[in-house]
Amino acid sequence: MEPRTYNMLFCGVGGQGVLKAAEICGLAALRAGYHVRKAEVHGMSQRGGSVESHLRFGAEVFSPLIPAGQADFVVSFDRIEGAKFQDALKPGGVHFNRYLPLLRKHGIDPRFENTFFLGVLSRFLPLAREVWLAALAQGFARAPDENRRIFLLGAETDLGDGT
Amino acid sequence: MNTHSHSEKLLLSGDEAVARGAWEAGVRVAAAYPGTPSTEILEALAPLPEVDAQWSVNEKVAYEVAYGAAIGGVRALTACKHVGLNVAMDPLMTSAYTGINAGFVVVVADDPGLHSSQNEQDTRWVGLYGKLPILEPSDPAEALEFTKLAFELSEQFDTPVLLRLTTRVAHSKQDVAVGMRVAGPHKAFRVDAAKYVMVPRHAGPRHAVVEARLAQLRDHAEQTPLNRVELRGRQLGFVTSGVSYLYVRELFPDASVLKLGFSYPFCDDKIRAFAAQVQALVVVEELDPFIETHLRALGLPLRAKHPSFQVGELRPEFIPAIVRGEEKQVKPFPARKPVLCPGCAHRAVFTVLRDLKLVVAGDIGCYTLGASPPLASVHTCLCMGSGFTIHEGFRRAHVHGDRVVGVLGDSTFVHSGITGLINAVYNRVKGVLLILDNGTTAMTGAQHHPATGKTIREEPTQKLVLEDLCRACGADHVDVVDAMDTGLFRRTLEQRLQDDALSVIIARSPCWQLVRTRHAPPEFRREQCQQCYECLEIDCPALSKAADGMIQIDPARCTGCNLCVDRCAYEALLPLRAEPDADSCPGTCG
Ligand SMILES: Cc1ncc(C[n+]2csc(CCOP(=O)(O)OP(=O)(O)O)c2C)c(N)n1
Ligand code: SF4
Ligand code: SF4
Repeated sequence: MEPRTYNMLFCGVGGQGVLKAAEICGLAALRAGYHVRKAEVHGMSQRGGSVESHLRFGAEVFSPLIPAGQADFVVSFDRIEGAKFQDALKPGGVHFNRYLPLLRKHGIDPRFENTFFLGVLSRFLPLAREVWLAALAQGFARAPDENRRIFLLGAETDLGDGT
Repeated sequence: MNTHSHSEKLLLSGDEAVARGAWEAGVRVAAAYPGTPSTEILEALAPLPEVDAQWSVNEKVAYEVAYGAAIGGVRALTACKHVGLNVAMDPLMTSAYTGINAGFVVVVADDPGLHSSQNEQDTRWVGLYGKLPILEPSDPAEALEFTKLAFELSEQFDTPVLLRLTTRVAHSKQDVAVGMRVAGPHKAFRVDAAKYVMVPRHAGPRHAVVEARLAQLRDHAEQTPLNRVELRGRQLGFVTSGVSYLYVRELFPDASVLKLGFSYPFCDDKIRAFAAQVQALVVVEELDPFIETHLRALGLPLRAKHPSFQVGELRPEFIPAIVRGEEKQVKPFPARKPVLCPGCAHRAVFTVLRDLKLVVAGDIGCYTLGASPPLASVHTCLCMGSGFTIHEGFRRAHVHGDRVVGVLGDSTFVHSGITGLINAVYNRVKGVLLILDNGTTAMTGAQHHPATGKTIREEPTQKLVLEDLCRACGADHVDVVDAMDTGLFRRTLEQRLQDDALSVIIARSPCWQLVRTRHAPPEFRREQCQQCYECLEIDCPALSKAADGMIQIDPARCTGCNLCVDRCAYEALLPLRAEPDADSCPGTCG
């Protein structure tokens, strides 16, 4: 287990599966034996407002919120929402606004965008493939095969930035 | 919540952890009215067979039911949001006098930062005011542990115990080690009028008991490991509680901390001893200066946050500025405004209210979203139930004549709108009161209430028929209309505004999130469009202006409700209704 803390800020608008994506990433980290903290705001998500969820895991994590400027990843499902979190990112962190075009390129159904981005995120995190797939199955009761296929697409496709 | 798993770790929210802790402590009765961020506590308890759980009519009712169960002999819990406790303040204050029999835990969730609330009140003052102990967990793991302990303390000191959460505790998740359930007490109620019948003759002596108990609780506060001294570097010594503790640990990992988990009454000796061991004492707390006020009264020199930090939630990155005594600096953070869902029947109603230029005494629910432009047709929002009573005040003020209506939702009507209707009838006020009946408590995520005819466990029960109730209350006219039928609704409303009567109109149509039916989107005919943008005035998120100035419909969001069709005078939007299509959602949404 790596001693450092990983900080992921998931953001988008209600209905995009932002909270679900963070939840599955958290379940995967939990399965891998990490200490996990997650913070989110419920309530307005269903009605199209901004949604954000902070997910952190490591050997020991205190704050459930990622302090400003310490996110390793901003996993944005919406360009405008993502742009608001530029300051959240740590120097050298990865902003998923750069991967938004991949969604269109691969023709990802909006309902599976979160699964695709989890696949992309999985390339950067020290969590084994089996752990991810188990968390995915736990998190999505429906359409298990399609979720798995799209996750693997995100995990293996050429990101076009040398990553 | 899987109650079979034990000695394993689950990813639980603070609310789920409270439910788990209560279950492990042997809780038998749990009652609540929904309210963000406390709602999920009862939702997690409801499926558990050992627990008799209910959605109550309101928080006062919930409090009294749970209190009754506790003095009736079993461990009981009630949960509410901060403003919900205001509704239950009457039983709360006197239950401090009677004490309990089996353990009684009152869970209250505050909402610093107003994520989903109408104010930022700080419930810790209720401990001081009501002379009740407060436990304040910092995270879900502590929420589970403290809930169990709260039941024990309740019985040990014969008192209701407040368990105070905030949004960042209730709605954050963490890996939590869970345990097994104990049976919990089963203690017969002993008739004891001096303890349970609060007439002046008994309440006087019971007040003395309360004061004596407070002194014992103070002693306990000195002993309990929940008030924990962590000595590290001595330059800075933080006194903190709740989620603020985690922010302090994150930002100042090498500083000493006195963590107050039992945050009222205060452990004065422990605080003084801690202060003596550090060079600078710093209080870090969210919202009001609760700890700070007490420490100042003790005469301790300290640093505390600039008053500007009393507004809004604390964030970890604020801690260094607080230590330096600086004013709060925040960059305005543009959040996308929430809007009524496409297909929401509230939109149809507010479109009519706006067109008729009425003054609208509103209330709290999804329909409060009708306050923002371009609908802008909710003009007051104070507290639950006030839509009808504020309407009455407007009528009595005689400034706006009869161009006023009162509006509230079905769950809100049952919660505290009924009394306002009866008051209007009794005091002979005229006017029009609207109940927006979407068949659920939508705002907090679709909970049942008496008028849905189902219990918290989805079991059928006697259904409260709103129109019968309104007639029984004595309203002169009670009309029930389909909320989506804007023509009929408008005609009915105009008629009732003219009548010299007290009328109730129930605008009924299910919350779109419950039915999720989709029809084909209307057809947009470019050649007909005069670019008047009248259709955009209904604020449907599926409808927008395209770059070329034309109207575009987002087929992924449009429900085919055809509300926009009626707005277009040029037939540029035409209904294209196919058979309803049940939404094929794969369950991927948040
Ligand atoms: C005293 C109090 N309890 C609970 C809440 C949380 N809350 C806000 S609105 C609401 C009820 C909304 O239901 P309804 O009136 O049916 O309107 P809808 O959201 O369905 O449109 C609740 C529970 C509150 N604000 N105040
Ligand atoms: S959840 Fe229901 S009541 Fe609330 S905005 Fe959506 S459709 Fe309307
Ligand atoms: S039919 Fe019109 S008003 Fe109804 S959801 Fe579609 S775009 Fe919105």
